Amino acid sequence: MDYAIQAEGLRKRYGDTEAVAGVDLAVPTGTITGVLGPNGAGKTTTVRMLATLLRPDGGRAEICGFDVVRQAREVRHRIGLTGQYAAVDQKLTGRENLQLIGVLQRLGRRNAKQRAAELLERFDLTEAADRLSGTYSGGMRRRLDLAASLIADPAVLFLDEPTTGLDPVSRLDLWAMIRAEVDRGLTVLLTTQYLEEADQLADRIAVVDKGVVIAGGTPEELKRQVGEERLDVTLAHVTDGLAVANALSRVSSSEPTVSPDGRTVSLTLAGGVLGISTAVSALHDAGVEIVDLAVRRPTLDDVFIALTGNRQVEPTLEKSPA
Amino acid sequence: MNEVLTDWRALVGRHLLHLRRMPDKLISATVLPMVFVVLFGVLFGSAISIPNGDYHEFIMAGIFTQVMITAVPNTAIGMLEDLGNGLVDRFRSLPMSPSAVLVGRTVGDTALRAITCLAMTAVGYAIGWRLQGGILGALAGFGVLLLFGFTMAWLGALLGMRVRSPEAASSLPSVLLMPLMFLSSAYVPLGGLPAWLRAIAEWNPISAVAGACRALWGNPAAAGDSFAARNPIPLALLWLALILLLVVPSAVRRYRTAVAA
Ligand SMILES: Nc1ncnc2c1ncn2[C@@H]1O[C@H](COP(=O)(O)OP(=O)(O)O)[C@@H](O)[C@H]1O
Ligand SMILES: [Mg+2]
Repeated sequence: MDYAIQAEGLRKRYGDTEAVAGVDLAVPTGTITGVLGPNGAGKTTTVRMLATLLRPDGGRAEICGFDVVRQAREVRHRIGLTGQYAAVDQKLTGRENLQLIGVLQRLGRRNAKQRAAELLERFDLTEAADRLSGTYSGGMRRRLDLAASLIADPAVLFLDEPTTGLDPVSRLDLWAMIRAEVDRGLTVLLTTQYLEEADQLADRIAVVDKGVVIAGGTPEELKRQVGEERLDVTLAHVTDGLAVANALSRVSSSEPTVSPDGRTVSLTLAGGVLGISTAVSALHDAGVEIVDLAVRRPTLDDVFIALTGNRQVEPTLEKSPA
Repeated sequence: MNEVLTDWRALVGRHLLHLRRMPDKLISATVLPMVFVVLFGVLFGSAISIPNGDYHEFIMAGIFTQVMITAVPNTAIGMLEDLGNGLVDRFRSLPMSPSAVLVGRTVGDTALRAITCLAMTAVGYAIGWRLQGGILGALAGFGVLLLFGFTMAWLGALLGMRVRSPEAASSLPSVLLMPLMFLSSAYVPLGGLPAWLRAIAEWNPISAVAGACRALWGNPAAAGDSFAARNPIPLALLWLALILLLVVPSAVRRYRTAVAA
């Protein structure tokens, strides 16, 4: 198989922190690989090394067959980078931003102008093209950022947490745009903290934690390990926990778990929506009083519980005390 | 080489657009310097007298020189912003010349200094200061001044890639350059200083720049007949060339691996 991105044993250390501790990656040309991991896992550091911004302490990596250290210039001709923060000049208009990057990508002024207009159209920014990008919404700025990294038609695109901080609608928009680019033959390495995002976009997923890849495979393979959907049952009486676990063990594809406070029983649903009705009638038969019933898609947290048995991620809804 | 020039032009263009879009920056770069000219010229000009001329005529080159130093914090903060919002990452991932971002920023800043000079000159003329070295002398004087501003901008760019906060970027230059400013002939003609202190002050690059402007503008010079005091123009050019020779390569080297703090 032909790989657009290949990395072997990539390492980077910051003082005492092994930010990246030996990462292997192989992304087949024309596909998307999602690098999934919590904050601090080493995703950004990995992308920065692959995009020639940071010199690895060890290991090697090639983009389209060019070494990221020794042939950085060749690599830079072939990549686009959309970093963790939308890198647009807020004092320039959307059009000026794209033209500037186009000229710096050696397209020539005329060509850069034309490509800028094309991309503004493709990313739905034509109307806002001549406004300062500082006045754009977060979603628009992200789209402009993506357009800028595509202006010279790169072979490989790096997307570092492209939808973090976006509202759900902007997120869906951006996903569709990324998919369209891959349909044109682009190879993408995408980092994300959301299993759903990796599932939606990626052909293959590499799960990283503490600077190493701890699991890899297609989204299907990964989800098979994690379980499709989970059902959380919140109880009226803490003492009912065991009865519920017993009643539900028949409809669950995994051992139901009870939360530490005893209020919530959580299980993997065996048969989607049908599983929910089975679960509800089983609870009814057991005479358990329920306060709330919630179905949720697996999260990064569930991936880590399934892969390592450990909670790795701080629950996002709880604010840590300052 | 052609490609390098294309990159430089593109980035200089970026900063010239910035100038047009930041009226607040234009105001702060002109109003305060104009206030300085009035304050020093009118208030102190009449209160202080110097041996070989009018203090009012003497001080103008000093004010011009001091105001050029604003290039340091200004460029440093701009550099920090580009690093912080990911623009430097984007530029560094492009197959472009590593000097272009710095050239754009320093040339752009120097253009802002030129606007400052125009505003100060206008106010200076209004309160009676005159350029007395002819057109060529006048232009050459501003040339030295802007070269000094350009040098300070490079110093600021380097600083911006070394410090971690905008606070440090704006306070460090004054802490470092203030003593140099006061130990120079920018404000005082140095006549009253002890010999050893006076030697230091005369060789000070800031004295050289202010002295070069005075010589080229036909304004009264600082006292002294040392080599440094008699040859401010070559000394100023030598100093600026030396500083640029040190700062430019190390700033470009720093940029090649620059990351946000
Ligand atoms: N410039 C840096 N200096 C020191 N430590 C860093 C630096 N960049 C990243 N790190 C550390 O390296 C680890 C990995 O960071 P990063 O690659 O940003 O993770 P992610 O993108 O997955 O959130 C973290 O522990 C982070 O604190
Ligand atoms: Mg990151």
